[in-house]
Amino acid sequence: MQYTRPTSVNDAVSLLAEAKGTAVVLAGGSDLLVRMKGGFVEPDLIVDIKSIDGIGEIRQTADGFAIGAAVPCAVMGEDEALKNAWPGVVEAANLIGSKQVQGRCTVTGNLCNASPAADSVPALVAAGARAAIAGPGGNRTVPVEEIPTAPGKTSLAKGEIIEAILLDKRAPRSGDAYLRFIPRTEMDIAVVSAGVNLTLDEQGVVTAARVALGAAAPTVLLVAQAAEALIGTAADEDALEKLAAACSAACKPIDDKRGTVEFRKKVAGVLARRAAMIAYKRAGGK
Amino acid sequence: MSGIAVSTTINGDDVEFLCQAEETLLDVLRDRLGLTGAKEGCGTGDCGACSVIVDGRLVCSCLVLGAEAEGRSIETIEGMADGEKLHPLQEKFLEHAALQCGVCTPGFLMAAKDLLTRNPDPTEEEIRFALAGNLCRCTGYDKIVRAVQDAATVMKGA
Repeated sequence: MQYTRPTSVNDAVSLLAEAKGTAVVLAGGSDLLVRMKGGFVEPDLIVDIKSIDGIGEIRQTADGFAIGAAVPCAVMGEDEALKNAWPGVVEAANLIGSKQVQGRCTVTGNLCNASPAADSVPALVAAGARAAIAGPGGNRTVPVEEIPTAPGKTSLAKGEIIEAILLDKRAPRSGDAYLRFIPRTEMDIAVVSAGVNLTLDEQGVVTAARVALGAAAPTVLLVAQAAEALIGTAADEDALEKLAAACSAACKPIDDKRGTVEFRKKVAGVLARRAAMIAYKRAGGK
Repeated sequence: MSGIAVSTTINGDDVEFLCQAEETLLDVLRDRLGLTGAKEGCGTGDCGACSVIVDGRLVCSCLVLGAEAEGRSIETIEGMADGEKLHPLQEKFLEHAALQCGVCTPGFLMAAKDLLTRNPDPTEEEIRFALAGNLCRCTGYDKIVRAVQDAATVMKGA
């Protein structure tokens, strides 16, 4: 096993593209090291990306925010501008693991680990976040929901890495929120979860919305019917009822020790409804 | 022996070591440097017994590679006391009997130190959330929480 620490994205891409055998990216390592210890992955090459210039920073750009692939979630929680603009994304990122894990884990890693129960992913999908990818064939930017393709699998090709997660600049009167159900109060994996992001007009009517569910299917679900239920309304009881029903109907969950299909379907609707109410308030709706 | 040459700072001292790619920082601390304060509980980042502070961030050293220590500044439990003088958190853990078997204690102390650095006056709820990544199977946590509260009071007065 070899360990390498490139200082540029190009070098990281070349190392990954030219590697013989299994090459893995190391940022926070909170998934990778656990998978290595469990024997689920035996890398021939570990590419530690943390020495790449700027990859550990949150940048404010003309278009919004670029969260570098090696930014620990704890740092997201300390960034006031990011928290003000995207409180739902930050609250989701800050739910991952303990303080110890927060100091290391990244949203890019959470996305690339491709767990259906990843906390930050539904919030990022609801936020319309995009992944900036560098690879041997050049750079591309894709919506984050296109990255996980199945549990533990991504659409990234050999040699490709995500450099940053991009979040748009906020339109006025916008808000987002993320909620998950766990049987404990902390340190647990989502049984089911929901992220909602919306924008209001001056009268408090929803003009744009995105609703995403986690742990409700093999990959994160973007539920268009739930968003449509909100658009054109002031998130009133009737709209919230329709949103909840659309979410429950969209779920394709599994039965396991943490929750049954029936429970997950029901709770997906409940959480989406509550998240929508929080997002609506954050957007300035009454 | 061949390996990755790493230069780092541990508890203020310059330290150099050789390690293999797959060795964790916890392995290096315990097996190569003789710093056995950090404990291996689970080895998967769930129990916090191996907590150390790297560049001001509390982390599980079992989920950090030894090679990643290059150029970093690491604080371990061995650096907590000032010579023979215990840190207020250590004193209060003793006073409140906030330990029994002691395996989790170095991790709790590092996590509590990190908390009080960031938040010198935490509520009980904040303490419990901050220490949620540290598992103790002996004390039932209450004595630990009291010890941290008491240490915070002492440290504010200092």
